[in-house]
Amino acid sequence: MEVRFTRGKSAILERSLTRPKTEVSVSAFALLFSEMVQYCQSRVYSVSELQARLADMGQGVGASLLDVLVMREKNGKRETKVLNILLFIKVNVWKALFGKEADKLDGFPAKVTVHWHKGTTLMIKFDEAVIARDKTLDGR
Amino acid sequence: PLKHNSELFTLTYGALVTQLCKDYENDEEVNKQLDKMGYNIGVRLIEDFLARSSVGRCHDFRETADVIAKVAFKMYLGITPSVTNWSPAGDEFSLILESNPLVDFVELPDNHSNLVYSSLLCGVLRGALEMVQMAVDVRFAQDTLRGDNVTEIRMKFIKRIEENLPVGDE
Repeated sequence: MEVRFTRGKSAILERSLTRPKTEVSVSAFALLFSEMVQYCQSRVYSVSELQARLADMGQGVGASLLDVLVMREKNGKRETKVLNILLFIKVNVWKALFGKEADKLDGFPAKVTVHWHKGTTLMIKFDEAVIARDKTLDGR
Repeated sequence: PLKHNSELFTLTYGALVTQLCKDYENDEEVNKQLDKMGYNIGVRLIEDFLARSSVGRCHDFRETADVIAKVAFKMYLGITPSVTNWSPAGDEFSLILESNPLVDFVELPDNHSNLVYSSLLCGVLRGALEMVQMAVDVRFAQDTLRGDNVTEIRMKFIKRIEENLPVGDE
C-alpha cells in the first residue's frame, strides 16, 4: 500500500474504515489520558475550566467517532429521532469506546445536542469525566 | 491483560496534538511538549511494564532493544517494530515501525511540516529507560507522516545512570 504522503489527492482517503486490527492496552490509554488531564490542569485556574477543556478535547473525538461508526455500523444512515440517537449511543458508541454496551440509558452525564448547521448535524458531546470513570471501571 | 481496539486511542492522541498546536506558537514547541509529556508517561509506564511482564533485568543494550520491540511495543501498542541498523559499537540501533496506531488516518497539514507527530513516543522511551538506570537519546530518523516510507526511531545509549544511594549521616 502506498504510504507516501502525496500532495493533492491523498492516499489516506482510499483506506477502508473497518475496525482496526491493532489492539492497544487499556493502560496505554489510561496513561495518555492521565497526562492530558494533568496538562489541562496546569493551564487552568478552576475545576469548571478544566472540565471545559477536557470536554473540548473530547468533542473532536466524539465528532470523528460518530462519522466512523455511522459509516461502519449503519451504512451511513444517521439517527435523527432522540430515542434512536440515545440507543445508538448506548449500543454502538459505548461498544466502540469501552468494548461493551452502556448499562442504562438514564443517569449518565453526557450532553447530546442537536446542532443545526447547513442541514442536520448531530454533535455528541462526551463528558470526559464519564469516559475516565468508565475506563477505570472497565480496567478492574 | 486488558486490550481494546486502537480507535479511541488514536483519536484521543489526535485531540491532544490538536490542542497543543492551538496552545503553542510553533511546531518545535509542540514537539518539545509532546516529548515532555511522553517522558512523564514513560516514568510511570515502566512500573506497569515491569509488573505485567516477567522480564528480568537486561544484561546489555541488545537485550534492551529486543525487549522494547518485542515485549513492550506489543504490550502497549499492539505492534512489533523490527530492530535494525546497529552501530558498530553496539550503542545505537533503529526501531522500524511498519504501522503506528498513533497515526492511523492522520495527515499533517502543510502548515505543520515541522511537527513530529509521534514525539510522545520518544519521551516515553527516554523516561522509561531512565527509570532503569539507562540514559538514552531517542529521536525520529524517518516519519511516514512527513513523506518517508517507514517510521524509524533511532535510539542511542548515552550512559548508565548511577543509582543514587541515600546519603548517610556523616
